Amino acid sequence: MTQRVRFYQTGTFTIGNRLLDPEKRTVQATQERSNSLTSGHRACQGCGEALGARYAVDAAMRACGDNLVCVNATGCLEVFSTPYPESSWQVPWIHSLFGNAPAVASGVAAALRARGKSATRVIAQGGDGGTVDIGFGCLSGMFERNDDVLYICYDNEAYMNTGVQRSSRTPPGARTATTQAVGEHPGNSFNQGKNPALIAMAHEIPYVATASVADLHDLEDKITRAMSISGARYVHIHVPCPLGWGAQPCETIKLARLAVETGLFPLYEAVDGEIVKATPIRSQRPVAEYLGPQRRLAHVMKDEEALAAIQAMADRNIRRFNLLKTDAEA
Amino acid sequence: MDKPFAITLDIGTSLANHTGSWRTQRPVYIHRLPPCNDACPAGENVQGWLQRAEEGDYEGAWRVLVRDNPMPGVHGRVCYHPCENACNRGQIDTTVGIHAVERFLGDEALKKGWVTEPAPETGKRIAIIGAGPSGLSAAWHLRLMGHEVVIFEAGPMAGGMMRFGIPKYRLPRDILDGEIKRITGLGVDIRLNEKIENIEKLLKSDGYNAVFVAIGAHLARRTEIPARDAGRILDAVSVLEDVEAGAPPPLLGRRVIVYGGGNTALDTARTAKRLGAKEALIVYRRNREQMPAHEFEMEEALEEGVMVKWLSTIKEIDHDTFKIEKMQLDEKGWPQPTGEFEEIEADTLILALGQVTDSGFLQKLDGVEFDRNGVVKVDERMMTGYRGVFAGGDMVPAERTVTNATGHGKQAARHINAYVNGETWQPGERHELAGFEYINKWYYTDAPHSVQGVLDMARRQSSFHEVVQGLDETNALYEARRCLSCGNCFECDNCYGMCPDNAVKKLGPSKGFAFDYDFCKGCGLCATECPCGAIRMEPEPE
Repeated sequence: MTQRVRFYQTGTFTIGNRLLDPEKRTVQATQERSNSLTSGHRACQGCGEALGARYAVDAAMRACGDNLVCVNATGCLEVFSTPYPESSWQVPWIHSLFGNAPAVASGVAAALRARGKSATRVIAQGGDGGTVDIGFGCLSGMFERNDDVLYICYDNEAYMNTGVQRSSRTPPGARTATTQAVGEHPGNSFNQGKNPALIAMAHEIPYVATASVADLHDLEDKITRAMSISGARYVHIHVPCPLGWGAQPCETIKLARLAVETGLFPLYEAVDGEIVKATPIRSQRPVAEYLGPQRRLAHVMKDEEALAAIQAMADRNIRRFNLLKTDAEA
Repeated sequence: MDKPFAITLDIGTSLANHTGSWRTQRPVYIHRLPPCNDACPAGENVQGWLQRAEEGDYEGAWRVLVRDNPMPGVHGRVCYHPCENACNRGQIDTTVGIHAVERFLGDEALKKGWVTEPAPETGKRIAIIGAGPSGLSAAWHLRLMGHEVVIFEAGPMAGGMMRFGIPKYRLPRDILDGEIKRITGLGVDIRLNEKIENIEKLLKSDGYNAVFVAIGAHLARRTEIPARDAGRILDAVSVLEDVEAGAPPPLLGRRVIVYGGGNTALDTARTAKRLGAKEALIVYRRNREQMPAHEFEMEEALEEGVMVKWLSTIKEIDHDTFKIEKMQLDEKGWPQPTGEFEEIEADTLILALGQVTDSGFLQKLDGVEFDRNGVVKVDERMMTGYRGVFAGGDMVPAERTVTNATGHGKQAARHINAYVNGETWQPGERHELAGFEYINKWYYTDAPHSVQGVLDMARRQSSFHEVVQGLDETNALYEARRCLSCGNCFECDNCYGMCPDNAVKKLGPSKGFAFDYDFCKGCGLCATECPCGAIRMEPEPE
């Protein structure tokens, strides 16, 4: 728990707060944070994934006293952080293939156990392509064996590293290199794709959560909680991609926030397959506010039917995850 | 390569790659001028002292405050707080109750006996004429600069209009006396009952290096009303002065008419009720929107049962019968007579039509020029046409409020200090205004204005006890923490935490942050997510 005191100036919602006791501040607010992903990496300007990765891994490192091994799938995060002979990582870090990160992580955990080093914790991480499409078989296996790994997926909604191709996380209507904004139904098809957090819950693993780079307090709480639990855990973090989404680099946090506030990206936690908590929306916004600044969705803004269908998705999330409850109810 | 098995890359080696070279624009930490500071007639660093108060450092807050204004206890009560009218928080929920926190700090200072020390003696002597807000403020600043300061006051007590124009129920006298005492405690000599007629003598033979004239405006303005057999007619300033000086209360009778629409008219009507008048009726020739009195004072007066006749003038008086003419506003908003009359009975008429300044004695000085009604002209240094004689407060052309006068005192002190040192003082350049468009309001939680307790009606109408109650420490802290810190960093860590490139360095508590331009790619996330508009994106220099 980082902060439960309400401040009116300095923010219940800002990263830090000079008025708060140091131990209640976020990891990111401290001068001592690990900077697990340090400067000099080659991510684009305003990269949400670089930010999300530092948020998550720094929080995981604090939770286990820096005794951590990190396994990385292929993807943007791997490519921009480790162009030979440089590395931006300040944590033991291993990369193997695109689709096998969950299996490698299971192996690392087993090896550590075999060598009596069970105090060393293991996390695995990848983008939505490496996790939800290519590595999904391995991930499901890691879940059903309940291997002691925290898997973190950074979801930027397409294969950005290879040139913005559609993934099973690409939202309906979105233009990608493989779903062009042409023809009768431009952009990505409606009623396709999958929801990995719900699928992870179906494995009844000890802990599943969704988080966003726009809500650091919530994100750090969830990583910390996940690290306090043994067995297979899954955290899915929404990370806007200015390049792939056709958005301004300075608007990464704003877009992530709008995704949450519209209801399109619900934040919740589940223990043993049951939802235990949803983060309420603070001030609900219409989906057009979120879609408008993104060039990949410019054509949707002119298509009332598509717009209504996306609004219906948001409304369904709000209903399904009970996102409009008041503070008192929460 | 002599790395162990399977180890190919050293940790943190990407630091060799200076991604700052990608940048086309760069973030810069800046200071913008908060609207409250901008609006304060006394030039207070409102945001500066609120920031200390937020930390619970009330003494530190008070010390920042009195750098500009020596009388926070007075101002927290009587200032019309233009700071709050300008406050950006008003566009989120309600404005920060700046006056209430100021009052709390002023009262704490008196309770705890906080004082400051003057600078080493300079050997320069300054004479101040008039111990009102302007003279007292100038004295405080000049004394702190190390000058010898003597105030000559024609009246029997120091305080000027703060004492003789503002009733006790708005400004309790122990507060006023306490804050004046702190000024004399610095070594300022106030000589009461000493009227100065010859200013030249002060400069030429009494050894003063400069004179600051701040005698205010306390002569009641009169008007011509045809009267066959006039009943009791008083002027507002004398009524308020008599009440203050402890003279036997004037016999007002059952029904009192107060003629005028300014704050003094309201103060007089409210005082009349406290003195036993059953009805106090204000007659004003325009309507409520146009009246110069402040809204909150009007509200308080109406709550106490003061009545108002809008758009009315007194045409004729016949003993206790007043012939009132109805007015109508023309297209330009000026009241024009309608020829419709009514008659009202009243025992007393009190005129509250404004005041003029008694500046006749300055006419003897060569070069001093006057405006309408004896108002004295001053240059941008606040100097009159006579070298070494400065003037400020209600006697120079400006809005006549305590806070404005106090601000004049500070300004004059700076100019006089420069003058006696053979220099001129230039005000620093003003920062760009931190308008609401620079505020990222997502980060500020909605929070209502803490409500100042109000004495109950019965008690208020029959006594001179203070009407508006103060904040206690919890409330004051809460109120101070509602400040948005417009335009100036308050160390929320957003820039530090949200940089994807880890290119913002945190320098430690109260030291702020610095950009690491070796790695900053210029994405602008920090500037967009800064809650208070303290970061600006600028084109990368060639």
